[in-house]
Amino acid sequence: MAAKFDTPELFKNIEIIDTPKYEVNSMVHSSPYPAKAQHNEKLGFPGKLVDNWEEKAVTRLGELVDGSRALRTFLDSCVKCGACADKCHYYLGTKDPKNMPVARQDLLRSIYRRYYTFAGKHFPKLVGARDMDKSVLDEWYSYFHQCSQCRRCSVFCPYGIDTAEISMAARDIMDTVGHGQKYCNEILGKLQTVGNNLGLPEKALINTLENLEEEVEEDTGVAVKYPVDVKGADVLLIVPSADFFAEPHIDGLIGYGKVFHQAGISWTLSSYASEAANFSMFIGSGDNLKKVAQRIRDAAEELGVKRIIVGECGHAWRVAYSFWNTLVGPFDFLDPNYPAPQHIVEFTYDLIQRGALNLDKEANDHRRITFHDSCNVARASRMGNIPGGQFILPRALITASANHFFDMSPETIHENTFCCGGGGGLLTDDLMEIRIKGAMPRMQALKQVVDEHGVNSMVAICAICKAQFSKALPAYQFPMDMITSLHQVVGDAIQLGTKT
Amino acid sequence: MTLSVVYAILFYAATLLLVVGVARKVIIYARTPAPLKIPVTPAPTTKAGVVWRMTKEVTVFQSLFKACKWTWLFGWMFHVALALVLFRHLRYFQEPVWAVVALMQPFGQYAGFAMLAGLLGLWARRFLVDRVRYISSLSDHLMLALLVAIGLSGLAIKYLAHTDIVALKTWMLGLMYFDLQPLPSDIFVLLHLGLVIVLMVIFPISKLLHVPGLFFMPTRNQVDNPREVRHTAGWTAK
Repeated sequence: MAAKFDTPELFKNIEIIDTPKYEVNSMVHSSPYPAKAQHNEKLGFPGKLVDNWEEKAVTRLGELVDGSRALRTFLDSCVKCGACADKCHYYLGTKDPKNMPVARQDLLRSIYRRYYTFAGKHFPKLVGARDMDKSVLDEWYSYFHQCSQCRRCSVFCPYGIDTAEISMAARDIMDTVGHGQKYCNEILGKLQTVGNNLGLPEKALINTLENLEEEVEEDTGVAVKYPVDVKGADVLLIVPSADFFAEPHIDGLIGYGKVFHQAGISWTLSSYASEAANFSMFIGSGDNLKKVAQRIRDAAEELGVKRIIVGECGHAWRVAYSFWNTLVGPFDFLDPNYPAPQHIVEFTYDLIQRGALNLDKEANDHRRITFHDSCNVARASRMGNIPGGQFILPRALITASANHFFDMSPETIHENTFCCGGGGGLLTDDLMEIRIKGAMPRMQALKQVVDEHGVNSMVAICAICKAQFSKALPAYQFPMDMITSLHQVVGDAIQLGTKT
Repeated sequence: MTLSVVYAILFYAATLLLVVGVARKVIIYARTPAPLKIPVTPAPTTKAGVVWRMTKEVTVFQSLFKACKWTWLFGWMFHVALALVLFRHLRYFQEPVWAVVALMQPFGQYAGFAMLAGLLGLWARRFLVDRVRYISSLSDHLMLALLVAIGLSGLAIKYLAHTDIVALKTWMLGLMYFDLQPLPSDIFVLLHLGLVIVLMVIFPISKLLHVPGLFFMPTRNQVDNPREVRHTAGWTAK
C-alpha cells in the first residue's frame, strides 16, 4: 500500500497553478485500510460486507436522498459544465480525472440515475447510469477517500453543488453495508469510549497537562495553569486532542493558556469531552455526529460553565458553529452575552480589542508569516458578526502579534483556499500518496511567498492541517517546523506578568 | 388537418408532462428536509442578503464567472439570448400583442443568433477541452444538438423558408382556446415545433432540472445564522 511515488514538482515563479492533462486511473490504486469488524460494530454498522449489499446500498441511497434536499438537488441538477473540474487539489495533484469533482459525483450519480430516475431506468447508456456492483463499490471506496470534503468545488459551481455532501453520503452507504474505513471508524470508537481520538485516558491527560504547566513555568517564570475538570470555571475549552501532544499543536495549547492567564478568566478542559474533533461528519453519520456533540454539552452542564470555547480545529469548528445548536441546542444554560459556541480566535480577538492583552510584536520578529485558511473554517463557518470574519479575525491576531505578515496569492486564500491535502478523514499513513500529491497547490502558493518574501512560517488554525503539513512540507523540501499554531504566535507575543 | 390534430395532441401532452413533471419535482424539492445548516461561506447573515446572493447567481452567473470565463461567456450568452427569444415568442400566444413584446421584437430576433453562438461555444468546449470531453456523456451532446436544432429550425423559418406566420399564430391561439385551426405544413415549422415538444417532454427528467433545482440548494439559499437561530428539519427535528 505504501508504495513509492513521486512527489509533484513545484515550479518557480508561476502565479496560477497549471491545469494538467488528465491521466486515466492514475490514482485508482489508492484505497485506505478497511475497518475491522469491531470498529464498524462499535458505531452501529455491520462488521463486514453484508449479504445482498448491492440492494441494501441502493435502498440506503434512496433513504439519504429522501432525507436531504441538498443531496437530491445536487444529484438532479449537474449539467456537466466543467466549472469545478480544475478546482480540486486532488485532481491538480494527481491528474486522475475521477478526482475532478464532477466525475467524483458521477460515481454516485450514475447509481442514483439507474435506480431512481426515469431516464436512468430506461436509457442507462444514454445518461451514463450503471448497476450497483463490486466494481462500483471498489471505485467508491477508492475515490470517495480521495476527497477531503473541503467544498472548494462548490464555491465555483454555478448552482453550489457540494461534492462534500456526496462523498459523505457515499461513505454513509459504505458504512451501512459494512464496508467502513479503518482510520475514521477506529478513531470514532476511541472517542466514544475514552473521550478523545487518541484514546488518551483521564489520568494520562492530567499528567500531560501537569508536565505542560511545569514546562511553561520553566520557560517563562510564570505559573500558567492548564486546568482539567474544574467545576464552576467560567469557560469550558474544547480542543482537538492533538493539542495535548503533537507538534506544533501543543504550542497552540500553551498559547491558549497564556491568553486565559493574562485575561484573568477562569477556564477548564474536560476529561470526559477532551476532543473537539468529530469525525462523524467525515463519514456522514448523523447518529454519531449527534452522540459526539452531546458529550460536550453534557460536560459543559456538568461543570457548570458559562461559556464554551473551541480551540484550533477546522472541521470541529464547522460542527460546533454550524451543527451544535441544531444537534444538541439550545445552549440556554450558558451566559446569554456570548454566542454558543465561540472560537478561541473570536475570544482572543475580543480581548485584544478591549486592550486586555499586552502584546510585544517584536517577540515574533524572527518569523515571516503567512496564513493558511483551513477549508472548514473558510467555507463552512464564520467568526465574528460579519460574513468573512473567519478570514479577518485570524489575520488580525497575527498582525497584532507580529510585524511580518504576507498573504499568499488571492486565488489560494479566503474562500478560494486550497485544502492542506489531509482533511476529511484522509490523515492516515495508508493514504500518504494522495495526501502528498493533494498538497501540491498549497505548496505551490507557499513557494511563491517563500521566494518573494522570505516567509518562514505558515500559520494554521486546524489540527489536521498542522499534522498534514508536518508531512507535506518536508516532501516539498520546506522545513517541517514552518507550520505554526496561531496561538503560538499570539502566546509568544504576550508579555506575561505585565497585567494584574 | 391530420397534421394539425397530431401536433395539437402532442403539444397538449407535452405541456401536461412539462407542467406536472416540473411541479412534481418542485414539490419534492420543497418537501425534502434540509436537516443541517450547510451554506457555503462567506454567506449572507440575513434573508435579504440571500435574495441578493441568489439574484446574482441567477442573473449574472456569479460563481461560474469566477470559475471559468469561457464557460461563463458562452453559457451566459446562451441563457440570456434564450430568455429574449422566449419573450419574443410571446407574440404568438397573444392577441393583441403587448407593447413591450412588440418593442423587444428586433432584439429577440438577433438573440436567436446569439443563442446559437453560445450553444456552439459550449459544444466546442465538450470537444476541445480534454477534461470537459471526459465528463460529457452522450446525453450532454444530444441536449446541445437538440437546442441547436431548435435554434436553427427557428432561424430557418425566419430567414430561409418563410412560412405563413399569421396562420401559424392562428393555429397556436386555436390550441390555447380549444378551437383547432389548420397548421402550416412547412418542413421547418414541423421540425421546430416537434423539437420543442421533445424538449418540453425531457425537461422534467433530465439535467434541465437545474432550473428549479438551483433555487432549492441549501449551500446557496440558507442564511448564515446557525448560532443565532436554532435550525432543525428532518432527522434533526426528531
